[in-house]
Amino acid sequence: MITREPEDFPPPRNWVANFGRKVLFTFRNAGRAILLLTEAVANLRFIFSPRTRREIILQMFVGGIKSLGVITVVAGFTGMILALQTGIELRKFGQEVNIGAAVMVSMLREMGPFMTGLIMAASVGSAYAAQMGTMVVSEEIAALEIMSINPVRFLVLPRLVALAVMTPLLSFYSCMMGVLGGALVGKTQLGVAWVAYWQNATRYADAKDLYVGVFKAFIFGIIITIVACHQGFSTTQGAVGVGNATRRTVILSFLTILIVGYFITRFFYV
Amino acid sequence: MIRFEQVTKTLGGRKVLDGIDLEIREGETLAIVGPSGTGKSVSLKHMVRLMTPDAGRVLVGGEAISEATGRDLERLREKFGVLFQGGALLEWLNVFENVALPLREKTQTGEDEITERVREKLRLVGLEKDELKHPSEISGGMRKRAGLARAIIRNPEIILYDEPTSGLDPVSSRTIDALIEDMRQKLTVTSVVVTHDLHSALSIATRIAMLSEGRIVELATPEDFIKSKTEAVVRFLEAQYITTRGSWEKHTL
Ligand SMILES: Nc1ncnc2c1ncn2[C@@H]1O[C@H](COP(=O)(O)OP(=O)(O)OP(=O)(O)O)[C@@H](O)[C@H]1O
Ligand SMILES: [Mg+2]
Repeated sequence: MITREPEDFPPPRNWVANFGRKVLFTFRNAGRAILLLTEAVANLRFIFSPRTRREIILQMFVGGIKSLGVITVVAGFTGMILALQTGIELRKFGQEVNIGAAVMVSMLREMGPFMTGLIMAASVGSAYAAQMGTMVVSEEIAALEIMSINPVRFLVLPRLVALAVMTPLLSFYSCMMGVLGGALVGKTQLGVAWVAYWQNATRYADAKDLYVGVFKAFIFGIIITIVACHQGFSTTQGAVGVGNATRRTVILSFLTILIVGYFITRFFYV
Repeated sequence: MIRFEQVTKTLGGRKVLDGIDLEIREGETLAIVGPSGTGKSVSLKHMVRLMTPDAGRVLVGGEAISEATGRDLERLREKFGVLFQGGALLEWLNVFENVALPLREKTQTGEDEITERVREKLRLVGLEKDELKHPSEISGGMRKRAGLARAIIRNPEIILYDEPTSGLDPVSSRTIDALIEDMRQKLTVTSVVVTHDLHSALSIATRIAMLSEGRIVELATPEDFIKSKTEAVVRFLEAQYITTRGSWEKHTL
């Protein structure tokens, strides 16, 4: 059941007990979030029902297409900065054409997925948390449960699928924007021709860079949805609680994305 | 129909329900009244297992909903229609879609029949002209009525109302009262109404239960309820300007 009963705990006796309790709660919440993911995955067979399909497309639009603007700007400038920084150094050795590879590889491997993940967590994740939290507060989740409409299937599943698909796509898009930004700086500031830049970029980047980045973004999309929905569902105390859930969603997704991102890199490249 | 057996529940370090015994009979309308914070909503939540008792049992049609899980719980919950305090409508669906939701999600009903049944219920609550509006575009009273239409769309055996008239003007309140009365006559349902509004309780209930400090201090028909000598009841009545001397006449609706 998603609606949880309020819990009472006696005030902790001392700071050790307090710390211990915090640690236990952290693990318990992580466990609950994983259970939420498990249940959503167990409901995956419903994604082809007409209602869920429509909802997924809607969520893809709301969560994905609307983030295009900000991702374009952030990715473009990231590529420009990368190109400028490395280009200035490389020019000392007459190697400025290699900014193509530098931008392409760092965008594909790290910057693209990370940036997309962070932007999606801050915009879409926080919105999901606020929405779920408001639904808890206004008893909509309770109403769904009494009608025996599973909130995981009804609310979490479409969002999970939408973000798991959209985050990799947006991540790839952000890489392309970054490379474009780099090319622009290369051409205008460093005198690297478009063709030379592009040839250099594609020569050094290989398929592995692409699919590891895409895989990362896919995992980030799942992390964002699950953290946001779990935090939203755990909301207590009215509007203040919704604010807290939103804030915690952004912080927790950032942390999880960074840590998990590191381990994915280590797994594939070490 | 619904039975509380020694139900005890502690919330926030306080015994909100303290060994409640209560039998709600088939076809009756039971009103639960009492001061704010005495556990009226909490007792309602126990009936549909949004809360589980710390001790004791809640039975629905002879089966313990307080111990049911999975399919059994789902089957027991199907007997209920619940009207939440704020209506609890989904914001992104319009009134029609909200009312149709239980049919679309939980039954194989065809779209034609859904349209017909939703329209019928919307007519019953007087919202037939507002079916395309979204919850944010209608008033609190209309949201409650839409919530009521959704609660009864699958013809439940039991309807629970949490403060159906709170926050409404007197005229809308009486409309809701009339609807509850209607529902009982037309659909022969069992109803439980949690309310602050004693006027409403006296006019629609077949029996009234008064909750105070975690216990049921009075359980009587409206006629006997206003004559009650129980101190908590007398105070409660006086606070609502209902004298215990004159006789109470049922509203004619
Ligand atoms: N989710 C909860 N967490 C903690 N305490 C709760 C919770 N729900 C109810 N309580 C406590 O239980 C008591 C009874 O609450 P309940 O909502 O049943 O009151 P009520 O009789 O419905 O009052 P009102 O008429 O104001 O709605 C209150 O003192 C409240 O503090
Ligand atoms: Mg209440």
